[in-house]
Amino acid sequence: MDHLDELEAQSIYILREAFARLKKLALLWSLGKDSNVMIWLARKAFFGRVPFPALHVDTGKKFPEMYAFRDRFGKEWDLDLRVEPCPPIDSVDPTLPPAARSAARKTEGLKLALNKFGFDGLIAGIRRDEEATRAKERVFSPRGLEGEWDVRDQPPEFWDHFNASPPQGAHLRIHPILHWTEADIWAYTKRENIPIIPLYLARDGKRYRSLGDADITFPVASTASNIDEILTELDGTKVPERAGRALDHETEDAFERLRVAGYL
Amino acid sequence: MNMILPTASISATPNGTTRPQVRIVIVGHVDHGKSTLVGRLLHETGSLPDGKLEMLKAVSARRGMPFEWSFLLDALQTERDQGITIDTTQIRFRTGSRDVVLIDAPGHAEFLRNMITGASQADGAVLIIDALEGVRDQTRRHGYLLHLLGVKQVAVVVNKMDRVEFSADRFKEISDEISAHLIGLGVKPTAVIPISARDGDGVAERTPRIGWYAGPTVVDALDALEPARPLGELALRLPVQAIYKFDDRRIIAGRIESGHLKAGDEIVIMPAGKIAKIRSVEGWPATPVSGPQTAGRSVGITLDRELFLERGDVIGHPGQNPRDTRRIHARIFWLHDKPLTKGEQILVRLGAKESRATVVAIEKAIDPGALSNEENTAIARNHVGEIDISLAQPVATDPYTENPRTGRLVIEVNGRIAGGGLVLSVDAGRPAVPVDIVPVESALRPDERSARYHHNGAVIWLTGLPGSGKSTLARALERRLFSTGGSPILLDGDTLRAGLNGDLGFSPQDRSENIRRLAEVATHLARNGHIAIVAAVSPSTTDRAAARRIADSAFREIYVATPAEVCETRDPKGHYAKARAGALQGFTGIANDYQPPTDNELTIDTSNRSVADAADEIERMLAKTGILFGELTDFAANI
Repeated sequence: MDHLDELEAQSIYILREAFARLKKLALLWSLGKDSNVMIWLARKAFFGRVPFPALHVDTGKKFPEMYAFRDRFGKEWDLDLRVEPCPPIDSVDPTLPPAARSAARKTEGLKLALNKFGFDGLIAGIRRDEEATRAKERVFSPRGLEGEWDVRDQPPEFWDHFNASPPQGAHLRIHPILHWTEADIWAYTKRENIPIIPLYLARDGKRYRSLGDADITFPVASTASNIDEILTELDGTKVPERAGRALDHETEDAFERLRVAGYL
Repeated sequence: MNMILPTASISATPNGTTRPQVRIVIVGHVDHGKSTLVGRLLHETGSLPDGKLEMLKAVSARRGMPFEWSFLLDALQTERDQGITIDTTQIRFRTGSRDVVLIDAPGHAEFLRNMITGASQADGAVLIIDALEGVRDQTRRHGYLLHLLGVKQVAVVVNKMDRVEFSADRFKEISDEISAHLIGLGVKPTAVIPISARDGDGVAERTPRIGWYAGPTVVDALDALEPARPLGELALRLPVQAIYKFDDRRIIAGRIESGHLKAGDEIVIMPAGKIAKIRSVEGWPATPVSGPQTAGRSVGITLDRELFLERGDVIGHPGQNPRDTRRIHARIFWLHDKPLTKGEQILVRLGAKESRATVVAIEKAIDPGALSNEENTAIARNHVGEIDISLAQPVATDPYTENPRTGRLVIEVNGRIAGGGLVLSVDAGRPAVPVDIVPVESALRPDERSARYHHNGAVIWLTGLPGSGKSTLARALERRLFSTGGSPILLDGDTLRAGLNGDLGFSPQDRSENIRRLAEVATHLARNGHIAIVAAVSPSTTDRAAARRIADSAFREIYVATPAEVCETRDPKGHYAKARAGALQGFTGIANDYQPPTDNELTIDTSNRSVADAADEIERMLAKTGILFGELTDFAANI
């Protein structure tokens, strides 16, 4: 088994645990490279079909290429796709800085979707290496009744035993690719030939490393026009992956506040 | 504010470069220098972004504070004035030949829970000790946890040697003490290294100040770590995570914890000891998958025969199978506020198996941080002890000395993991050696039976409140089927409790076991062409789901949905009256613990129709779903 085989086996194990231990699961499909890998892993875990809905909490402000990708692969991958809209910006905490406030709509949309469908588990494609507060996550991460995250009171995970009993009315976040790195995602995408949104590849000296809302996501300087070149580029870079995501950088604690409130 | 470290791992590059990746944790007593060591390691391995160190030094100077290496970590992780503590986090750096992932950075609050979470996934550990303070309670406790979690490669660093004038004597004193402690736990330190994390001695370089020391530096020690390998050379252990029937395949899914398997292998399924052969190894996108599958893989297999399996069973090779037992002796580490005491009811998880259990005895409960080993009768928070556990269901397991993956367990309290530990020994479960059990196939083929009975085998499961009319309906149906030449057999819950299930009471686990046995007997009858009619309150959705899994496609669930008021006025056995009078505890009917089915084949309310009418409807359902055929099918078609 090589490194990617090990990552894959562990993620499949986590997905199967989630499916066995929770009653009503959904997979959060953000259409980005990470959640596409996650869908691929789910199809491997369940032999070709994803046995729970793929939920896209839609801010309505994604890139056109992302919507095209969703419409095409939602069908090709035979997903039980649920698209849920986010509420208007007025309903969001006005003390957050502008980009974070915009992103927080997604948290609100997620809460609405949770209430509507009654999911007790949400599978999310976050990774520890992306961002410092995500590094603090557990694989099975219990949330409060409002979806909030209590970072100081997380139960231990002994070996591969996870805490899978959400309190009545609350839900769990399950993170099957928490232990992957950005480079792992690309190497696996290449090996498995997983489709990607072309915005990740350089055009006119720029490419997106991370995709979010079109108005608060910016490309980075890059000449990487295929996955091999992305991997070479990542090997040398000291620029963080989410550098182009405005919501992370407005104030020191903006992203942390978003996450404690239930953001991904 | 992000961690501005190179995040790429060379081991994943497509050009075939292979640098082993090792995951480490840094543990030790508070203030013995974990953060300082991490900061220094990042610097010495060239992992810091350009200018970062200079920037921090300038900030320190501006604030009039002496520079500390731990600032670096704080700055990188935004652990600053807002007091957000660091949990399990990941920092990556490179040594000469290794990619090192630091999966547990130093933190404060609830350090143990985070250390356990991190160390559970670690290949190796660095245990840090302050040269001035020496071995402290947390040093010993962390050492103990490394042993318990199975982290074998432990490098000890004796830090702050500058505070003891780089004394070789002081170093030897601490080195001897900690080595004796760790070896006593079965952990042999890979190195004991004198360092000054603040000044850099011993971290990447053996400086003249520690000229008397001839061993490896910290970077050398990390460079010599080996990634923990899956246990391919041990006997096969495939714990069953789930059984999937997404299409016509019945796929048994799980991760191979040790050993290997391939299509054609004869296997034994524990704890039941059933024998089968692997027909295929399924995969996606390509299937079936050929060649052996080794430890670490998440796989799916199909078998050559239809056997009842469930999540938590463990598959092995005959002759090398895990033990089956209801009694385990374990060493556990306890994390819950409330001490674990004798007689306590707990939930035990062994691999994918979950079982209610009782703590039968507690021995050797001690504080692993203390020097005196004063024993207690309860295991307090952050203490360890050896316990005897009696399980409600038989489980398949191994002592951890024989298989470290399957020989470990966790204990849950209120749905949260409250402790974990190692299986020291198991009491032999049953006298029968599974390898000697050879199921004898019936001499008759299923079609011979159905030609005679004009029906296929089935399990008709009547569930509903006491007094809802289950037994009456069951008896009417039995008479009907028999009069048309069929072979119905009535299995009444209360009747079976008088014999087969006479050892069971009405606790949730006993009720589950009662249902399991009913389902097993009924399924055996159904496989032999009979129609087993089960009349049982069976209030729990989970238990009925288990019965459905056992009987599989033969299962027909009928919800006898007579309103509770009507049931109570009928009260054929006088139970409602007794329960109202307080003479019958936990009686389903007035205890409101009945969970109505949602995926049943038929619902019948007997309060507003005749028995004959209800029996007609059941017959129609059986005809429609392929159990009854011949004349009855025509009968159904003419309605």
